[in-house]
Amino acid sequence: MRIWAYGDDVNTDMLFPGKYTYTCATPEEIKPHLLEDLDAGFASQVKPGDVIFAGSNFGCGSSREQPVVGFKAVGIAAVVAGGFARIFYRAAINQGLLLIECPDAVGAYRPGDTVELDIAAGRIRVNDTDFTFPRLPAEILKIRDAGGLLAYTRRKLERTKEKP
Amino acid sequence: MNRTFAEKLLARKAGVESVVPGQVVICRPDRLLMHDNAAAIFGKIAAELERYGPADPDLPVIVLDHVIPAASEKTATNHQRIRTVVERHRLPNFFDVGIGICHQVMLEQELVRPGMLAVGSDSHTCSYGAVNAFATGIDRTEAAALLLTGETWFKVPETIRINLRGSLGSMVTAKDLILFIIGRLGADGATYKSIEFHGDIDRLTFDDRFTIANMSVEMGAKNAVFPFDDVTQTWLESIGVPRDSYEPVQADAEAACDAVFDFDLTDVVPAIAAPHKVDNYRPVSELAGTEVQQCLLGTCTNGRLSDLELAAGILQSRQVAPGTRLLVAPASRRVLKQAIEQGIISTLIEAGATLLPPGCGPCLGAHQGVLAPGEKCLSTANRNFKGRMGCTEAEIYLASPATVAASAVFGKVTDPREMT
Repeated sequence: MRIWAYGDDVNTDMLFPGKYTYTCATPEEIKPHLLEDLDAGFASQVKPGDVIFAGSNFGCGSSREQPVVGFKAVGIAAVVAGGFARIFYRAAINQGLLLIECPDAVGAYRPGDTVELDIAAGRIRVNDTDFTFPRLPAEILKIRDAGGLLAYTRRKLERTKEKP
Repeated sequence: MNRTFAEKLLARKAGVESVVPGQVVICRPDRLLMHDNAAAIFGKIAAELERYGPADPDLPVIVLDHVIPAASEKTATNHQRIRTVVERHRLPNFFDVGIGICHQVMLEQELVRPGMLAVGSDSHTCSYGAVNAFATGIDRTEAAALLLTGETWFKVPETIRINLRGSLGSMVTAKDLILFIIGRLGADGATYKSIEFHGDIDRLTFDDRFTIANMSVEMGAKNAVFPFDDVTQTWLESIGVPRDSYEPVQADAEAACDAVFDFDLTDVVPAIAAPHKVDNYRPVSELAGTEVQQCLLGTCTNGRLSDLELAAGILQSRQVAPGTRLLVAPASRRVLKQAIEQGIISTLIEAGATLLPPGCGPCLGAHQGVLAPGEKCLSTANRNFKGRMGCTEAEIYLASPATVAASAVFGKVTDPREMT
């Protein structure tokens, strides 16, 4: 598991440039441009299971969901940050991407440290120290656990509506 | 019980007596805004749309504005797909290329009114707080789900109250004020919060309120709102919306807030958000003399008649400096028509401006004014992130229409108060 670490206020233009927003929509189109203007090596080197560590206000700026869709597609296990911008946070729930708000863990992390995630227990370990993170409200957790909002919605529609 | 705007409106829309911050409620928004991204949104649920149809055809509002007219076969095909779906499901609220920028159109076309709940797949949806609505941005996936179900969850936000006192000075605008506020609170100073503006707001025009609400997302706000007052009512009447067709929501003065800030408008000076963050506040005087190769007047933030009029007043009988491009993108066809009728467009063109269609233009780097390495652009837009206008080695400085107009004359950042 590789940790990709960034600072505060990483905005969605840095995560996925605006000039591609109307020409790249599928995961395959998005993946090559992830973090293009922030970290040129990310797109080609990221592996499933990698984790992103960041400071406060991660994902601020435009509501574009391509960064979240892209992270899910390349297999990012979680984004651990000091704080998240709210549209990005919602987008993550909607894609089933795990976001962990834990400023203490981010503050404790230094490049090279070992990190372990225990999602079920709500715990993240940096070297020898455990940090806990809050659980989502139940109503929202079921969306993420369903695999994202569209999966959740499809199931709901099948249950409640009849074919015309 | 004293309640904030957010608490009152979300309780009303959730159909419950009252709510508290942190509570999650399910609501049916009155409007769902989409723009060029509707192609991708429809694409996600093509099968479901065929099978179930939209939950409410009147819910979505689709405005083509981001890449207009189409700049490539890809963007042209996106637009074509949108038109096909609009026709297929007889969606009534569709605004094709050239009608205007989505947020301007939403308000001009009476689609959002006081007391409404509006969401949009665009972060500047918060603009509609100017008309006493609860308006907030969401992502494409949520927009898609909303099309099918008509409802979504909202977590009731805490509120920040911002009290404004006094009046803005000559050549000092609402844009300078909001840049100042964002500089003070910081890019995450209002994250997840509902911002209520109070105080001497009767001194602010409707256009001023639009600009201020529009940029509130740049402090992380969930939504921003102005109380309903005579300014709101007069503006609504001017576009033919009768008073009995809406029910405003007014916050209680004594409602508990997370924080209160007081700002004196007389302290505000012409401002700039320097590269590459919106909270990188500088008084214009600090950056005066910086050479700029491109000036942009327009966008949802400052593309209205009053913005163009202010700029034209400065550019009257003057010329844009050689080596500097002044791009003008009116926020809507209606604004453009009014500006033509009032001679504003002539003045701008005589001065050397290049007129762009009513749309987002170069704001997001997709077309019509992309920058080259080393270039600096002074812009009335709302974001100056690195690479935002299509080039990571270019720099974007945000400012008011007055500052942009004055600076275009000299090709350098100029305090508009120096233009006599």
